[in-house]
Amino acid sequence: MTSKASSMAGLAGLGLSLYSGLSQAAWELTFQKPATRLGQEIFSLHDWMMVIITIIFVGVFGVMFYSVYAHRKSRGHKAAQFHENTLVEIVWTVVPLVILILMVIPVTGTVLAMRDTSNPDLTIKTTGYQWKWGYDYIKGEGEGIRFIATLATPPEQINGKAPKGEHYLLETDRHLVVPVGKKIRLLTTANDVIHAWWVPALAVKQDAIPGFVRDTWFKVEQEGIYRGQCAELCGKDHGYMPIVVEAVSAEKYSKWVEEQKKLMAAAADDPNKTWTLDELKSRGEKVYAANCVACHQATGKGVPGTFPALDGSKVVMGPKDVQIGTVLNGRPGTAMAAFGKQLSDVEIAAVVTYTRNAWGNKAADMAQPGEIKAARK
Amino acid sequence: MNQQASRYFVPEPSHWPVVGSTALFLMATGAVLWINKVAFGPYVLLAGFAVLVFMLFGWFGTVIRESEGGKYNARVDASFRWSMSWFIFSEVMFFAAFFGALFYVRVLSVPDLAGLEHQQFLYPGFGSQWPSAGPAFKEHFSPMGAWGIPAINTLLLLSSGATLTVAHWGLLKNNRGQLKLWLAATILLGLTFLSLQAYEYVHAYQELNLKLTTGIYGTTFFMLTGFHGLHVTLGATMLIVILFRVLAGHFKPEHHFAFEAVAWYWHFVDVVWLLLFIFVYWM
Amino acid sequence: MEAANVHVHGAHDAAHGHGHHPTGLMRWVTTTNHKDIGTMYLWFSFAMFMVGGAMALIIRAELFQPGLQYVSPEFFNQMITLHGLIMVFGAIMPAFVGFANWMIPMMIGAPDMAFARMNNWSFWLLPPAGILLTASMFVTGGAAGTGWTLYPPLSVQMGMGMDMAIFAVHILGMSSIMGSINIITTILNMRAPGMTLMRLPMFCWTWLVTAYLLIAVMPVLAGAVTMILTDRHFGTSFFNAAGGGDPVMFQHIFWFFGHPEVYIIALPAFGVISHVIPAFARKPIFGYTSMVYAIASIALISFIVWAHHMYVVGMPVAGQLYFMYATMLIAVPTGVKVFNWVATMWRGSMTFETPMLFAIGFLFLFTIGGFTGLVLSMTSVDVQLQDTYYVVAHFHYVMVAGALYSAFAGVYYWLPKWTGHMYDETLGKWHFWLSFISFNAAFFPQHFLGLAGMPRRIPDYALQFTDFNQVSTYGAFVFGLSQLLFLYVVLKTIRGGEKAADKPWEGATGLEWTLPSPPPHHSFEEPPILK
Ligand code: HEA
Ligand code: HEA
Ligand code: HEC
Ligand code: CUA
Ligand SMILES: [Cu+2]
Repeated sequence: MTSKASSMAGLAGLGLSLYSGLSQAAWELTFQKPATRLGQEIFSLHDWMMVIITIIFVGVFGVMFYSVYAHRKSRGHKAAQFHENTLVEIVWTVVPLVILILMVIPVTGTVLAMRDTSNPDLTIKTTGYQWKWGYDYIKGEGEGIRFIATLATPPEQINGKAPKGEHYLLETDRHLVVPVGKKIRLLTTANDVIHAWWVPALAVKQDAIPGFVRDTWFKVEQEGIYRGQCAELCGKDHGYMPIVVEAVSAEKYSKWVEEQKKLMAAAADDPNKTWTLDELKSRGEKVYAANCVACHQATGKGVPGTFPALDGSKVVMGPKDVQIGTVLNGRPGTAMAAFGKQLSDVEIAAVVTYTRNAWGNKAADMAQPGEIKAARK
Repeated sequence: MNQQASRYFVPEPSHWPVVGSTALFLMATGAVLWINKVAFGPYVLLAGFAVLVFMLFGWFGTVIRESEGGKYNARVDASFRWSMSWFIFSEVMFFAAFFGALFYVRVLSVPDLAGLEHQQFLYPGFGSQWPSAGPAFKEHFSPMGAWGIPAINTLLLLSSGATLTVAHWGLLKNNRGQLKLWLAATILLGLTFLSLQAYEYVHAYQELNLKLTTGIYGTTFFMLTGFHGLHVTLGATMLIVILFRVLAGHFKPEHHFAFEAVAWYWHFVDVVWLLLFIFVYWM
Repeated sequence: MEAANVHVHGAHDAAHGHGHHPTGLMRWVTTTNHKDIGTMYLWFSFAMFMVGGAMALIIRAELFQPGLQYVSPEFFNQMITLHGLIMVFGAIMPAFVGFANWMIPMMIGAPDMAFARMNNWSFWLLPPAGILLTASMFVTGGAAGTGWTLYPPLSVQMGMGMDMAIFAVHILGMSSIMGSINIITTILNMRAPGMTLMRLPMFCWTWLVTAYLLIAVMPVLAGAVTMILTDRHFGTSFFNAAGGGDPVMFQHIFWFFGHPEVYIIALPAFGVISHVIPAFARKPIFGYTSMVYAIASIALISFIVWAHHMYVVGMPVAGQLYFMYATMLIAVPTGVKVFNWVATMWRGSMTFETPMLFAIGFLFLFTIGGFTGLVLSMTSVDVQLQDTYYVVAHFHYVMVAGALYSAFAGVYYWLPKWTGHMYDETLGKWHFWLSFISFNAAFFPQHFLGLAGMPRRIPDYALQFTDFNQVSTYGAFVFGLSQLLFLYVVLKTIRGGEKAADKPWEGATGLEWTLPSPPPHHSFEEPPILK
């Protein structure tokens, strides 16, 4: 019902009524179907505002078009010469003011509710990286789970070499799984530049600012998968850092937590293991694909002028510790982030080894996790 | 209204504007190249600066000739007054941006960074107190105290405001001796101020470990005092030009807007310093 | 406001006849004449509009379908940045400075601008800035890919194109400040006797206030970009949390400039409309005094609403509420203006030549843009809409259908005065109707895209946004092509056509119409006396 009111309002103004018959998903005329109570409220606020605005609009331009029709010279209308009327002028200053006050009262309530992040059931921290989201379950059931979610759409679909899938650009390799009916407090921060965590159906958008922690909250009402995107320009792949939230029942959530705990225990690397060159290289290739290709490209050739080539780079071919330092600490003031916080010792060792031995690079040496550990100090 | 007085002076076509644009274009290009470490950058910048100086001499020379040639009537004089006031207002807003930054970090961002959640997740152990160089700055540094050189500098600038006024009185009374003496004194005070500030900077870098890169404290300290210093340099240069014009016999008791404009500017620089003294050094 | 006793000296008299006046290119380079300078501003602005428009077409072409077709994401980001910067600083602002240069001296009965030589410099600073901006595309790393808002830390990551943009902004700022000082001084000090402030033509009033806004905020922008420059190259920590700074601080400083900036764009547009509507309604403007107060209140309120661009940065809720209330207040004075214009038309005797069509188009579409602005100002609704195409739709309604349409209205209105020829009315009407329809096709669907969840500044999008994007792209290309028609009409008028009378519009009032068409070199050698 509300969606209809809003579409009507939008259309009335411009007479684009030819769209009204086409209400399939593709010609969507208003907000996505909200899955939270706040989303619902915003939805109806917007409708309510469209109604008021449409009434004023029709009123003002009704008068104007009547005048355009009736008071034209070609119909022989003679111009009146009045040019002020204090009463009218006071009325049309005060009436809009009153209308605005009427509009703003309900909005104030939602704003206050929106910012009330107290007493959460579950606290999750999300970190924006160029260009992926990291999640950290901080408090509540699932505490300790952490992972990074990246775009799952294959590059062929983006480049037009393969047909585009149903959730083109809105799919990630890992979903942010949350229980329904629980208040979830989301802390946002970023590692490099400003990102914004936005899922339209949940009515949540919050900037993730490097070096600061901000918070917001949501409580999903229905089970389902909700898709969103980074909403603050964050560089090259800003259009390619989606967010997928999977809301599940409390039982399913508990089961998911158990699974994750087991997976994480199994995946933990033995800190004392000595790795072989081949092990490191194959592990490193995966790390590289997940973290470095966005800039340095799969070919290692980079993007000239913006991202340096690693293939043949003096740093990569040079002393190992310099390269380890570059990857661990990044290069401040450039897009080269400090990966020390994101990647484990093993992963850094692996990716360093990989880059030293991939493409035309033939260093034939390797970095062991222990060296990374030492370099972190 | 008298025919002549109502006629507004409209200058002849002039090539100085486009020379000035060329200068700024060269300077901007040179600066871009220089900060991006292109070898010939500094030379382009320098060339641009040379053209700028050439333009300033040429343009102001023309203006001074027109002024001394009696082409500027009372209306033109009023125009100059309006324009100088608005120019100073634009400078006020420029400083407002930097003072705004100072207040913002002191009141909002530094305390925020030391807030509970930031402590927990990002910066364990970072406490909020001013001066602060931020959570990642690990070296030791000492902030600049207020009651040494800065206090002396405050006295210098305040008295330079007074001496300038005395010089102005001299001009109004057509007492050229008084004018020259006190104008020269003002310039001297300004230059002393600048030397002391230079000394203070050296002291900061060498003894206090206080640098431009010392977190937000170093940033705001040097940017605010530096921009102010730049304005003092500009003001002092203008005063020197005025002194030379005085020595050349320019200005009459009833007609000396150039002098007044520079005096306004100098007072403005004074006021900015007072704010700096209070908010950067003292509090 | 009838001027009597106007002495117009066609030829140079003794006071100005001496000295040789350069001809050819050097005439334009060295000129101190407000009309020459106004003409240069207008042509520069149109050239920049073409460049910025070509970039918009690249953006729209890429967005015709999902997937990457023509450009890389980096280049796309550079295009939106340069498009925004060039349109705002290169096209719209210089266009209205051009109008100011041409019209203000003629409207107030002055021979020229107060500082004719500095006026020339204000203009000649624009080409270097334009070159720096456009050339930045071709240096290593390309232009800044940060959006026109230049937010750090992204802008700290950029290559040398960013530095070029920063210096371009510095130069543009100098140009604007000098231009504004000139305009204020001219209006305050060079009015003809009898031209009191409350008899000032509305366009002069809007510029008086705009110039004040410019002087107040351009230095702030200069400060902000200077801080980026030092953060990039000299190790300062303004926007770096590790050093105790804050990236959000930049946004506060930027929008302290940025919000008044949008009224810098809108106010002179309001001024032009306030001349065109009374002229074609053959009726004096309704509520002159309240118009003046409305302009002043818009300007004052515009300083205290900036953070409505930052509702989702995580500011305290009290801040969100305050900025919401303050922002909504602007609707009141803007409404007063809209109502006054409608009341001016009411019971007039209207004809609908091209300027009037554009003025009505402006009124209609600008109000839509204003209303969507109001929707955006509601904090909780804006959380859904911030950084989406809804915002893009909003500001193109106020800036293209608002400011740009008003500039078209002004050009058609004064073109006979400037050139001495009437333009081709039929082609003018074609230009209007083509622009009107294609503009709405290009930008109305963007409201729906934003509501449905399409973020702005993305080169590629999810499948459900395809259809509206295609409509939008078609609209944009037709809109762009229609502007070539405009160019043709203007060139045709300059080269010839029916001779224009001194006052070609029956209902026009003001001193500019007492001068011949085209007007003499120095507009009013002797001040006209107003009774
Ligand atoms: C000419 C330029 C211009 C103008 C005039 C406006 C006018 C307004 N703008 Fe707009 N705006 C921009 C240019 C402009 N804007 C730009 C460029 C951006 C994006 C920048 C970026 O991020 O890149 C932007 C973004 C922007 C945002 C941020 C959106 C976001 O990023 O999340 C907001 C939020 O509050 C906003 C609000 C408003 C409001 C309330 C007005 C008001 O002034 C409108 C007032 C007018 C009316 C309301 C209509 C007429 C009134 C009546 C008929 C009276 C009766 C009405 C009632 C009582 C309702 N604008
Ligand atoms: C007043 C300023 C102004 C004007 C006039 C315009 C005009 C146009 N804008 Fe503009 N736009 C902005 C200001 C403006 N814009 C700003 C500030 C942004 C935000 C940037 C940011 O995000 O940082 C923006 C962003 C923006 C976007 C969003 C980009 C994104 O977020 O990804 C889009 C997309 O459709 C767009 C489209 C258009 C179009 C189609 C026009 C059309 O009206 C243009 C029509 C004109 C022409 C097309 C020129 C005609 C010329 C030819 C046809 C010939 C070409 C030939 C040669 C060069 C030889 N603009
Ligand atoms: C967001 C983009 C981005 C990502 C992701 C990225 N880099 Fe970089 N990298 C850069 C940039 C930009 C530079 C150049 C920095 C400079 O100018 O000093 C760089 C430089 C380097 C260098 C030094 C090269 C040289 O010749 O100077 C190495 C080594 C390197 N990166 C390795 C990596 C590894 C390994 C990864 C993944 C774990 C990675 N980078 C991920 C952007 C990125
Ligand atoms: Cu991350 Cu946009
Ligand atoms: Cu705004």
